Amino acid sequence: MPDIKAFLKTLLSLPGTSGFEDPVREVIAEAWRPLVDELHTSPIGSLHGLRKGSGDMPRQRILLMAHMDAIGLIVTRIVDGFLRITDARVMDSRILPGQPVIVHGRRPVPGVIVLPSPALLPPTIGKGGMVDREHLFVDTGLPAEEVSQLIRIGDPVSFAQAPLDLSDDVLAGHSLDNRASVAALTACLEELQRLRCSWDVWAVASVQEEETLGGAFTSAFSIRPDLAVAIDVTFGKGPGSPNDYRTFELGKGLTLGWGSNVHPGLYRRFKDLAEELELPYFVELMPKSSGTDAMAMQVIAEGIPTIVLGIPCRYLHTPVEMVSMKDITRAGHLMAEFIARLDADFVQNLSLEVEL
Amino acid sequence: MSPSTTAKQASPAIGPAQIELLERLCNAVAVSGDEREVRAIVLKELEGVADQIQVDALGNVLAARRASQPGALRVMLAAHMDEVGMMLMEEEEAGVFKFETIGGIDQRQLPGKAVLVGKDHLPGVIGVRPIHFYSAFAELETIPVEELRIDLGPENGKKAKPGQRATFATRFWQAGPSLIAKALDNRLGVATLIELVRRPPENVELLAAFTVQEEVGLRGARVAAFALNPDLAIAVDSTPANDLPAWDGSENVSYNTRLGMGPAIYLADRGTLSDPRLIRHLAATGDALDIPYQFRQAGGGGTDAGAIHRQRTGIPSVSVSVPGRYAHTAASIARRQDWENTLALLYHTLERLTPVLLEADR
Amino acid sequence: MKALIQQLSEATGPSGYEAPVRELVKSAVAGLADELRVDALGNLIASKGSKSQDGLRVILTAHLDEIGLMVTHVDEKGFARFATLGDALPQTLIGARVRFLNSAQGVIGGEQLDSGEKLHRLDQVYIDTGAAGREKSLVQVGDVAVFDRPFLDLGQRMVGKALDNRVGVAAVIEVMRRLETTPHEIYFTFTAQKVVGDRGATVAAYGVDPQLAISLQVTPSGDTPKARLAEIALGHGPAIKVRDSGMICDPRVVRWMTETAENAKIAYQLEILEGGTSEARAIQITRGGVPAGCVSIPCRYLHTSSELIDYEDVQKSVALVVELLSRPVPWL
Repeated sequence: MPDIKAFLKTLLSLPGTSGFEDPVREVIAEAWRPLVDELHTSPIGSLHGLRKGSGDMPRQRILLMAHMDAIGLIVTRIVDGFLRITDARVMDSRILPGQPVIVHGRRPVPGVIVLPSPALLPPTIGKGGMVDREHLFVDTGLPAEEVSQLIRIGDPVSFAQAPLDLSDDVLAGHSLDNRASVAALTACLEELQRLRCSWDVWAVASVQEEETLGGAFTSAFSIRPDLAVAIDVTFGKGPGSPNDYRTFELGKGLTLGWGSNVHPGLYRRFKDLAEELELPYFVELMPKSSGTDAMAMQVIAEGIPTIVLGIPCRYLHTPVEMVSMKDITRAGHLMAEFIARLDADFVQNLSLEVEL
Repeated sequence: MSPSTTAKQASPAIGPAQIELLERLCNAVAVSGDEREVRAIVLKELEGVADQIQVDALGNVLAARRASQPGALRVMLAAHMDEVGMMLMEEEEAGVFKFETIGGIDQRQLPGKAVLVGKDHLPGVIGVRPIHFYSAFAELETIPVEELRIDLGPENGKKAKPGQRATFATRFWQAGPSLIAKALDNRLGVATLIELVRRPPENVELLAAFTVQEEVGLRGARVAAFALNPDLAIAVDSTPANDLPAWDGSENVSYNTRLGMGPAIYLADRGTLSDPRLIRHLAATGDALDIPYQFRQAGGGGTDAGAIHRQRTGIPSVSVSVPGRYAHTAASIARRQDWENTLALLYHTLERLTPVLLEADR
Repeated sequence: MKALIQQLSEATGPSGYEAPVRELVKSAVAGLADELRVDALGNLIASKGSKSQDGLRVILTAHLDEIGLMVTHVDEKGFARFATLGDALPQTLIGARVRFLNSAQGVIGGEQLDSGEKLHRLDQVYIDTGAAGREKSLVQVGDVAVFDRPFLDLGQRMVGKALDNRVGVAAVIEVMRRLETTPHEIYFTFTAQKVVGDRGATVAAYGVDPQLAISLQVTPSGDTPKARLAEIALGHGPAIKVRDSGMICDPRVVRWMTETAENAKIAYQLEILEGGTSEARAIQITRGGVPAGCVSIPCRYLHTSSELIDYEDVQKSVALVVELLSRPVPWL
């Protein structure tokens, strides 16, 4: 599905850090508009697309959620035209020196994150020591007066790394977490054009997953689905990551979450379907919690049966995240086929009394 | 506080049948996220007893008893069914699994223990390197859970698989005044709630929530409280009693609670500031009926009340616990008398509840 | 407003036990609101105005509660051990005087530590109520105390206990007094149980179901000797929050606040707070989501018995919020 890859590359070229998702939402909305019957923006900025089902009213609802916000930085102070930055403590400061960024001031201002020389840093860091983000600067190359006109405290800073085609299948770039899942969700909506389904489908590109899970709490509350699917990236096997049960090989299938955030019956139905469709999958064990939007959706209102689907991704929370397009396509296909099979009795027949 | 005596008034009592139920509950395996075994017991025990009973999307059992009069207070009682435990994560060699803990287990509690895995209760062990392979005692350090394995042996290992949950294998027993078992936290609460649903005070509408996933974030209680939307709530749990001597013989000032001193009424913990009106009402009930009680020391920890009181427009909440030593380990110890007094205090507290209590500002 | 700030600072209202300060606020706002109610967690909600066509249902919050100390044990010699309601650093407690809700008084002491380099842990400090032994103690397990410190007027600057957040409470009351016309239906909400985790705001917002939220509170300043790198300074006007460790304010709200301040020529600062958050965090994710922002009053020595603020910052904060609420919001 080459158009999905092109769409994903468009998403990877956009800002849209947590709390500042407008630019990416607009592009997703354009892509979804022909695929859904209604499109709304929530009070805090999540995108809701409704594709109406063919079943009798009141129709049951499934919510598919992929967060669209990306990790990013924010300007904390301006010193002689240099910018101090911080993040929500979700990234490793060691990836920052030399990183091209865009500062979203009165206009987008390109810059680079720079490492001051040892004499300009606290002596405790020493020569060659690790430098935390609070001692780094962004240098825009612009004169201090111009910087003070263009940029102020609180302006968001996004990565400027362009997406990289490593092969037909393998793509690298910033914010694959979680735009890869937005692409999978879009592929699902496209596939649904050709499928008949009785349930209403609510596709949600959520905000602030990396901060508060705020999009998930609020969209699930207002939509009140009968079932919820969180789709997010998960840890790919690769250099630097543990080569054990915590990581999954790229291109070898998506993951199905199993653990207390996941309804065991829903897991079972997805697993059976993946096997029926001969789609490869891994079981991702989440003993305590999933670390995804599912944590919020599951506990909304009277409680919602929820599952987590994962797309393996290397180098998470860096500007060079890496995924396989095959896994994205598989995730979209699995969701679409699942939705097409939903009938009026599905929830009633959903059992908690199942083995994995 | 008066010494431990049992209330004279009529209230559900702890007899052999209740002890037998507690034994079954404690021996069941129900680690957070897979509460099937305890849920099955609760459903069986309440069959034909509750006026209404349902299992919700997360697996909570919600059972209601109607009041004898209309306009009665709707009171939620919550007891969590889940216990802390482990999950098999990856088979390393035949029958030997890496695992992670679920809920707050101190990793020093793990080495050298017997465990039960999965719904078939497959026996296994958490072994350690023999002492002979150390050259000095100074080498003995806390063993991180990452270095421990659950070993089921090659035969049973074939029947187990990653994703299954496990608990300590301890079986319930009684010793004089004491009850000894794994998971007294919170099967004591579950058993208490079952008794109250069986013999409820008739002046209130009793909404019993047997909740899931308390140990991993109060998830069941949150959705149960939203669904029930009660006038007030009491979480019934078991709280640690750290009433042992201090190493240097100094006065123990951080015991949390003490065995034999009666049910523990919560004032403040990490998740909840108990509603003062409910604290006063519980204490007044204990004083009036000569039921001993103690106040749990304020501080950390938490119960389902932490999630319940924040639902919708706020739900006046308090917690009452049976004190128990060594919670979240292979063997915890509680006193039968404390349990009996907890049941009595709860019963009479409910019996004496009137809507007037909540009409004043807290 | 100074007299009101003094009264509020000296009033008692630890988390979960806000009744005394709530009563004081109730009487201060009684004539200013269309309706007053207290909810299950102790929030005081005063509503005013009705929603015009271009108006919104707005919640404006300031938390009532202050740090409290709860007795956990009285030892044989009569010393009372305690837990805190809300976070306070033990080293800032020693030497402070406290007053219990039952009007007993005491002073906080610390155990002797084996090294002068170490700081006290909470279990190494205690309240001495002067009781000679457990039997003589006027306090028992569960009794609650707050700092006992008279208000100090330094002219432009003011010092007091619980200025976090009684100065915010005073500011909201002053907004109620000054706001003449508004297109909005406003819920002036004095919240309970903030310092233990935004619990009051969580349920108040659920009840009000607002379309816009503003929280008024204090924020730590970075203008003291060797303070951490923080931009906020006393006397530079209200701090308009952009983000803190618990939330990102809605960019539309931030822009609206800064533009309103600029148009009204009110000096302001932009706040990025690390290691703290606001109750707007909880309101933002209530129900279907609420655009939320914060106006913060810079404050030194937070969570000690002597918090210091600048009077002009308070007045400008009031002026800014009045400006904000006098007109429709620009993004509709």
